[in-house]
Amino acid sequence: MTAVNGLDLEVFTGECFGLLGPNGAGKTTTVEILEGLTPSDEGTVELLGQRWSKGGDDRALRERIGVQLQETQLAEKVTVVETLRLFRSFYQRGHSVDDVIHTVALEEKRNARVGKLSGGQKQRLAVACALVSDPELLFLDEPTTGLDPQARLSLWDIVEKFRASGGTILLTTHYMEEAARLCDRVAIMDHGKMIALGTPAELIESLGADQIIEFSVTQELAEEPLKRLPAVNHLHKRADVYALTVSEIGVALPALLAEIKRQQSELVTLTTHQATLEDVFVSLTGRMLRDG
Amino acid sequence: MAEANETLVQEKGWRGNDKPRTLHPLVELTTMRMREFLREREAVFWVFIFPVLMTFALGIAFRNTAPDKILVAVEGAASDTRVSDTANVLSHSSEITAKVMSPGEAAQALRSGKVSIVVKPDNDAFAYRFDPTRPESRTARLLVDDVLQRGRGRSDVANVGEEKVTEPGARYVDFLVPGLIGMNLMGSGLWGLGFTVVIARSRKLLKRFAATPMRRSHYLLSFMLSRLVFLVLEVAAVIVFAWLVFGFTVRGSWLSVVLITILGGFTFSGIGLLVAARPTTIEGVSGLMNFIMLPMWLLSGTFFSSERFPQLLQPFIQALPLTALNNVLRALMNEGASLWSNWLPIAILLAWCLISFVVALKIFRWQ
Repeated sequence: MTAVNGLDLEVFTGECFGLLGPNGAGKTTTVEILEGLTPSDEGTVELLGQRWSKGGDDRALRERIGVQLQETQLAEKVTVVETLRLFRSFYQRGHSVDDVIHTVALEEKRNARVGKLSGGQKQRLAVACALVSDPELLFLDEPTTGLDPQARLSLWDIVEKFRASGGTILLTTHYMEEAARLCDRVAIMDHGKMIALGTPAELIESLGADQIIEFSVTQELAEEPLKRLPAVNHLHKRADVYALTVSEIGVALPALLAEIKRQQSELVTLTTHQATLEDVFVSLTGRMLRDG
Repeated sequence: MAEANETLVQEKGWRGNDKPRTLHPLVELTTMRMREFLREREAVFWVFIFPVLMTFALGIAFRNTAPDKILVAVEGAASDTRVSDTANVLSHSSEITAKVMSPGEAAQALRSGKVSIVVKPDNDAFAYRFDPTRPESRTARLLVDDVLQRGRGRSDVANVGEEKVTEPGARYVDFLVPGLIGMNLMGSGLWGLGFTVVIARSRKLLKRFAATPMRRSHYLLSFMLSRLVFLVLEVAAVIVFAWLVFGFTVRGSWLSVVLITILGGFTFSGIGLLVAARPTTIEGVSGLMNFIMLPMWLLSGTFFSSERFPQLLQPFIQALPLTALNNVLRALMNEGASLWSNWLPIAILLAWCLISFVVALKIFRWQ
């Protein structure tokens, strides 16, 4: 089975690079190939000027990267500080355990057992285990999946601090707001292929629009006239909801209302929002990110 | 940052809260292993308490007291004088308790093992009914026959002198303790290692470790080292208990006993590692472990001598690691034999130990 096919990308030193895509898009496989955990059938991976040797001793390279895997469950019966001390002992150089506990704000849970931590705290500990070696390159695989908004914010803080201290990050996510907030550049993946690459701003700009109008009506509308409305770039219909990608909302909105009236239908709901990475994904694939 | 860190460390050090630096990875991994084990109360019970309870229960059940009287059923009606006379004659023997039963009762009692033999007086003759495959029935037949024949006037033709010998080292509990130690070493080696490794694999913890510069040999070695520590304790627990309660003694050299327990512990750790080398689920590894342990529980002479099995099976039974371990432990503890005189079972253990380790390392799956 091929999870990832013909992916070609470059992450620059000091940037935060995001792999954005729905579940099953091949993000984890990609990251694990980069981390040297999964061998690839073809192609090469070069990290920090080195390549993974086939079955060889890559300890020197492992010294320089930090890894947080999706769904790793650390041993439950040991405490936060014991876990970090163990991970720290694997590396020649790195932060002190206390520094890292401070960085991820787990001072109060220092002597708590891992099994007693909340989801967000566990995830922060997982990131702390990746940070304890003071890595040059940090891999985060869906670091905030399943976390509540508060826990997600505190994790974003940690990532931003690491980035500000000059570290390079490669993270995967299926939250477009996470990619938009943290990443300098984003690659959008779907079905094991990269379908778009650029800064979040560039990708949104590529829609040729800055606003999205979503609405539903009592009676189905003919689509052709909608597409021909002024300032409308794109029409996308999903279930009962029409989504119009528009460049100038002040022009498009009155024209849309008039058109609905002309087709003798009535408005039920209407929302407008700034175009996001989600809209980029929808326009590229016709599906929402969270549909998977 | 380094400076700030120093002050932090000093403060902590002053309060005695934390060691500032981490230790060698092998030491950290081993301590982690031991912490995980000690914090798992159930594991502690099965490894330390259970064998002691088992020694106690079996030691009590099979303690050496005067043999119980043999129970004999005399078939017929109590009013029949031949029946009551027979019962009387039998009951005069100090080794027999005879009871009059109806044919139905007698058959039932024999079937369920309540009596060892049924005697039916028939005019001048007696009919014995018993199961010749049951050792106690065969003994009962000899005793009953002896008493009844003497009752009819048979006399002995030769004079016999008797000397009764019951000494420590030949009791059942002396036989049992080395076997329990062997079985315990097998259980804790296989469960302890097999489960921990497979759980770590299923929770992707092995993969996480593989993503660090940790030496993989350190990870596997940490199991050996923590086993070594616990092994001393679990073996000591059983020996000390058996010594206090049953007066169990080790006749051979303690050093040999320690060496063989370590070899046994390592052998079963190696087999545990081999069993855990590939499965990704607890169910998978449990099945595999039962498959491996069950034959040894039955065949390897923990509770009774493996010599009892047919000759045909012996080469296979003797080649099992638990048989080899039990045999050496018994020779050392009960007979005071030397290591050298047990070279064959020791060689068998060494072979199991080395082969299982090498194969386990070759096929071990980190994710």
